[in-house]
Amino acid sequence: MGAFGHYLTGHFATLRLEFWALFIGGLANGVLYGMVAVGYTLVYGVLRLINFAHSEIFMSGGFAGYFVMKALVGTAVPSGMASVGLIVLGTLVGGFVGAFMATLVERVAYRPLRRRHAPALAYLISAIGASYFLYNMAGKEFGRVPISMPQPYINHPIVHIFGAPVQMYYVIILLAGAVMFLALDRIVAKTKLGRSIRAVAQDAETASLMGVNIDRTIVLTFIVGGALGGAAGFLFGMGTGVSNTMGFVPALKAFTAAVLGGIGNLRGAMIGGFLLGVVESLSVVFVQAAYMDVVAFGILVAVLLFRPTGILGERLGRAA
Amino acid sequence: MKRIFANVHVKRLFSAFAALAVLELMTGPPGSALSPTAGFTGSFREAASFFGLFRTQRWVVFFFLALVIFAVWSTWLTWGERVRGVAVKALSVPRAATHTRPGRWGIYVALLALALLLPHLITDPFWQAAMVEQISVYVLLALGLNVVVGFAGLLDLGFVAFYAIGAYTTAWVTGALPTAAPFGIHFNNFYAIPIAIALAMGAGIILGAPTLRLRGDYLAIVTLGFGEIITIFANNLYGITGGSQGTNTIPHFSLHVGPIKYLWGLTPVPYYYLTIVFVILFLIGFKLLEHSRVGRAWTAIREDEVAAESVGINPLKYKVMAFAIGASTAGFAGVVTASQSNTIFPSSFTLQFSINILVLVIFGGMGSITGVVLGAIVIQTGSMYLLHTPPSGYQPQDLYIYLGALLVVMMIFRPAGLVPSRRRHREIGLAEKGEGHMNEVLTGDTP
Repeated sequence: MGAFGHYLTGHFATLRLEFWALFIGGLANGVLYGMVAVGYTLVYGVLRLINFAHSEIFMSGGFAGYFVMKALVGTAVPSGMASVGLIVLGTLVGGFVGAFMATLVERVAYRPLRRRHAPALAYLISAIGASYFLYNMAGKEFGRVPISMPQPYINHPIVHIFGAPVQMYYVIILLAGAVMFLALDRIVAKTKLGRSIRAVAQDAETASLMGVNIDRTIVLTFIVGGALGGAAGFLFGMGTGVSNTMGFVPALKAFTAAVLGGIGNLRGAMIGGFLLGVVESLSVVFVQAAYMDVVAFGILVAVLLFRPTGILGERLGRAA
Repeated sequence: MKRIFANVHVKRLFSAFAALAVLELMTGPPGSALSPTAGFTGSFREAASFFGLFRTQRWVVFFFLALVIFAVWSTWLTWGERVRGVAVKALSVPRAATHTRPGRWGIYVALLALALLLPHLITDPFWQAAMVEQISVYVLLALGLNVVVGFAGLLDLGFVAFYAIGAYTTAWVTGALPTAAPFGIHFNNFYAIPIAIALAMGAGIILGAPTLRLRGDYLAIVTLGFGEIITIFANNLYGITGGSQGTNTIPHFSLHVGPIKYLWGLTPVPYYYLTIVFVILFLIGFKLLEHSRVGRAWTAIREDEVAAESVGINPLKYKVMAFAIGASTAGFAGVVTASQSNTIFPSSFTLQFSINILVLVIFGGMGSITGVVLGAIVIQTGSMYLLHTPPSGYQPQDLYIYLGALLVVMMIFRPAGLVPSRRRHREIGLAEKGEGHMNEVLTGDTP
């Protein structure tokens, strides 16, 4: 065996030792990517465009959650039911603010262009402008240095899976993610709102002939996507801290996840998120941590190169 | 409530107040995470003078400004067409003069003379340096991005990556990096130009070829990621790039041809003339390109890709070409900046830079060479002015808030830019009427 062979066997040995710890951490990250990816995929399904301002919607959820925690968490770290209540409250406020920002972006940056039938390039530029504006505005109002969030719970390993300790933080994310994904899946599959989103995604013209209010559906799509993105922002901020730059890299990865799963495809976005989170986490064994973002980017380019429709394929309109 | 907002005047008044409130926040004092409301309350309550007339609070000033804007807006909607008609008539004589050959050449010569005289008219060292580092180089960059965004209609958000490639190539070729220079020779900066152009072009082709066959917004996000990746590599490959410290030993441009020996030094004026020469060369090149076979192919693809393909234009080939030309211009600008400043480090190659260039192109007018040059000069002069003589409460970082808002405002009110390219203006008009295949976005009021 050559040098490269030794490199591989050495690293695979590490991988075997660390696998479950990395897997669980990656899965938790992946859940967050999936939650953000859902926002991209929903808007893409309806409007056929990438909402570049989604990273700032994620950020706004993070800041909203931070301010709630700052106001409610005292010097002592809460535990028990207080923790549960605080986390649920933070997630709800994050989601609410995210949804509000998403409608604001739709109203200011997209709707005037839709009224004018502007070409697709104009939407992209307008969205980037909105994203950049919000990003720098947050920097102005809340400072440009990352701040850590007051912890609403005690972070310690609570269970062991195959000998790997699982931190409380990961459990919270996995639980919150499971609840939200199930709820979203049911909303899109069963409710009137979900039906109208799917109808508009399939064929907007026919949908409007059938009595679907397209403007309303578009706004609701932004609200649903924004709520998940904002909630993810809070959950992410709990672990990593909040800053005006917090949205950039996670959003880029969430977009990768959406493309990986097949853009426009809801379940694809979730699966793409899990997959990307896990692969990225495991890649730490083979490359330096500084290059973790490069791995995600490499995956994006590879998917676009070899299977631009993603794993599950683009299933616009059949969002579930 | 809905009833009230259905009234168009109420809606306009509300929009004017909302816009002015945002402007108030944008120009107001900053806050921080510890006192997150300081920025908001300060923006409204801070003392201000009403155009020097009487002392009051900021919100009063903005309240009246909003009323003024509402009044102007309403008047414009009723009288605007007439005002426009008068303006067009008044401008038609000088405009006709520019359409004759002697008229055009007269303008070119006058502008050239102005450009050459400028360093003697402006002697403030801050502005002399700004003219090189922040204006001429940015004109060059905007011209390059205009090929991508304006001519080919592709959105490139990672323009900085190619600029960085150009800058690092200069450092490499002149032997300023930890890694050995090619063949162990420390080349003159002028040799860096073809190498940087080739490398940036190569990177453009490698990145563009797989992405450009897909939808336009994929390109935007892939380039966005690429810009970030290049910085990560520059930061972490200590042995090759010098890591986060970068390098500060890049030599200046120098010329040794036979008896002529000249070294560009720290003073900005010689560099100004050098960049002006480069800008003029690129201007001529892109002007010729615009009306060449390639330029016409870009127009065709932009307007209707399906139709263009059906008459034998290979869209991928021409898109990659536009992308590569834009990339190589950025690479070239990287050589100029690196040589002029002697210093490069990864944290100067940021997303902010890419977006700054994008704003120049969008503000000036996508596809309009005159517009882009003018846009670059206006915006860069404006941002330098803000840096040089900041109004009270202005922080350097605030500039990016304005640039972001400007992108949205331009897209809403004047998508073709300050000096619209006639062709682009018409295209946007056609797309808005639903002709051609440019429009893929759901508009909401489909019948």
